[in-house]
Amino acid sequence: MKRIQALIIALLLVAGPAFAAQEQPKRPVQQDEFVPVSGPTNPQETIPAQTLVGIAYGFIWVLLFGYVWSVRTRLGRVEREMESVSRRIAPGK
Amino acid sequence: MNKFFVPITVIAAAMFAYAPFMILNAPYEATMGLVQKIFYFHAACGMAMFLAAFVSGIGSAMFLFTKKPSADRMAVAGAELTVIIGLIVLVTGPLWARKAWGVWWQWDARLTSTLVMWMIFNAYLLLRRYGGPGSEKLAAAVALFGMANVPFVYWSVNVWRTLHPKTSVIPSLQPGMRGPFWFCVVAFLLVTTAILMLRTELEKRRQQLDELYLMAEES
Repeated sequence: MKRIQALIIALLLVAGPAFAAQEQPKRPVQQDEFVPVSGPTNPQETIPAQTLVGIAYGFIWVLLFGYVWSVRTRLGRVEREMESVSRRIAPGK
Repeated sequence: MNKFFVPITVIAAAMFAYAPFMILNAPYEATMGLVQKIFYFHAACGMAMFLAAFVSGIGSAMFLFTKKPSADRMAVAGAELTVIIGLIVLVTGPLWARKAWGVWWQWDARLTSTLVMWMIFNAYLLLRRYGGPGSEKLAAAVALFGMANVPFVYWSVNVWRTLHPKTSVIPSLQPGMRGPFWFCVVAFLLVTTAILMLRTELEKRRQQLDELYLMAEES
């Protein structure tokens, strides 16, 4: 058992630096300002940006309207319940 | 309902409807192209999320010190809106990132701290929903932790090395981008304020309903 543990530790010690030494994929650089241009920049894009922008804006509109509708519905339900409870209390007064 | 609710809602709705036209006319960004246009709503939503988190945190602090039900109502409304707007930020961000960085998600400081903050406010809502009687105080403490996270989320891009653009992109925006961006920010802050008022009203009515039930039981 101890031999297996020693083997695993030795493997990790050897594999760690070996993985670290591998060339890392090139990461895009962090931007600190946006530079405007007059038109679309890359016509051969693999994922159409229109789709992503459309999904993003569609999601925002649907979620916000859905949430407002949900709050209005809940408010209406509570108000109806308040009226019903008030009617129940009124004859007893 | 608050007397400012109707005017704020009308202005917010008009601005929200006009915002896409301003974004459409804004110039393309040199490196990212069309997908950078997500920025106008994404960053504005980020600011609205911070506003909602502050409302929840301040409401919670007031509730802990004064025990006023109105402060608790404000805290609940703010927390729910933080979760909703936070979801928008967390969905639109990866849609932008996939195109700009080539990945949907990076476990960097900005993205991770935003996710943590969003989860804290989810924890607040779960606590309020399932915590039982007396959970308001515990939930208020959770909201305070959530609000304390806001400065970390904001400054994270400047302190740690991340792929997310720095906060300096906003003051350095070119005139063609600056106008639509601040228009969207104002629109979102007004929309958030209007929804906060509506949500607070719902909480007020719920408390009134609870009082009515108590009266009905006594009579």
